[in-house]
Amino acid sequence: MLNGLSLMIDSGAITGIIGPSGSGKSTLIRSIAGVQVTAGGSVSVLGTPADSKSNRSRVAYLTQGGSIYPDLTAAQNVRHFATLSRRPTADVDEALARVDLSGQAHQLVSTMSGGQRARVGLASVLVTGADVLLLDEPTVGLDPVLRADLWSLFARLAHEGKTLIVSSHVMDEAAQCDRVVLLRDGAILADGTPEQLRAQAGTSDLDEAFVRLAQGSVS
Amino acid sequence: MKRTLAVALRVAQQLSHDHRSMALIVVMPALLLSVFYWVYESRPDIFNHIGPALIGLFPFTIFFLITSVTMVRERTSGTLERLMTTPIRRGELIAGYTLALSIASFVQAVITTAVGVWLLGLDLAQPWGVLFLAVVSSIVGTALGLLASAFARTEFQAVQFMPLAIIPQFLLCGLLVPRDQMVAPLYWLSEMLPLSHLIDAFDTVTTESDVSSELLVKVGVQVIFALGFLTLASLTLPRKTA
Repeated sequence: MLNGLSLMIDSGAITGIIGPSGSGKSTLIRSIAGVQVTAGGSVSVLGTPADSKSNRSRVAYLTQGGSIYPDLTAAQNVRHFATLSRRPTADVDEALARVDLSGQAHQLVSTMSGGQRARVGLASVLVTGADVLLLDEPTVGLDPVLRADLWSLFARLAHEGKTLIVSSHVMDEAAQCDRVVLLRDGAILADGTPEQLRAQAGTSDLDEAFVRLAQGSVS
Repeated sequence: MKRTLAVALRVAQQLSHDHRSMALIVVMPALLLSVFYWVYESRPDIFNHIGPALIGLFPFTIFFLITSVTMVRERTSGTLERLMTTPIRRGELIAGYTLALSIASFVQAVITTAVGVWLLGLDLAQPWGVLFLAVVSSIVGTALGLLASAFARTEFQAVQFMPLAIIPQFLLCGLLVPRDQMVAPLYWLSEMLPLSHLIDAFDTVTTESDVSSELLVKVGVQVIFALGFLTLASLTLPRKTA
């Protein structure tokens, strides 16, 4: 449930939707993807309603858990989403290369590690060529090294002009974002750059900043 | 069309990686038909009467099961929600599923019919008619499975629909007791079920060498059932959920 939420997200940057479980992160991402039934309000993406037909080829959405087929190989998964998005299958190799999975292209996803599965999911989003990437907790359950690798990739994508909206419940990851939207109980707790949030909370630690902002100890 | 073929290819690839499902589709019906033959070895008339209908009953049941479980998996794993954010139309998704499973059912029907005719001595007036009806049967089973998947939240619940969707049709389809010998309420109930008309059609292609108007009507009834189930199934695939 999202209450009184008003937000405008800039293109070509990483916006982090950060908050604890049940704070409304997935609901917000699903609303932007156009698959969430809403009781009121409106969501526009790239100037058109979020659920408009034109956005289906301009916005790519990776659900929590990856939403790929475990009984297909990495290449088969990526090729499937490439075809659905009317992209040439030649892009499949490039997408797998970008997530360092060229060597595992023909491996069944069900036999892969959690980190490899996450990267297959990401490749299946990259191959669509979408301008806006909605990634719902893409790093959950991954080891710190792999998380750092993925955030480096996100930064490169933003540098290339992609708009990334990434949800996470890990406050450390907020530091990787150009902008952070802190959510709690379906409402925005704070909104700004990581530096602004630290300054607002009066602490250099983002975990501590979230606690202070949540407790309302900061005006 | 390209996206329909992409879905069909993906479903076929999923099946090819699942050896149990492949065995269920390719080997099991021929094996069960053989067991049925041995059960009635001393009564070939019974085998010849019921055997052809079993070639239709197997794909109806197997493809109902495979489709409902696969689609529930698609719904619960998040892939369906993700597909709904891509340019694919709901009709293309359903057509892709139906195409892939129809091809699989054709392979099944060829093997089962070949075993039935050449190894077990089934006497069929229209072997090609049996093949055709077996594929039609799988399409109706697939369509019913797609529809049933909308009412199941887990794969286990999808399997639980078997007794509800398949067994009553089996009891009333005329294989156990001729339908015209049933009490009126059961007869009229059987008239409303696709499997009853399918078994009637199998009886026709087993005993008559001509394509009669009655047979065409029975096939037409299957087409109506399949289109009805597929239309209802497509309505259970909303682009938005709560």
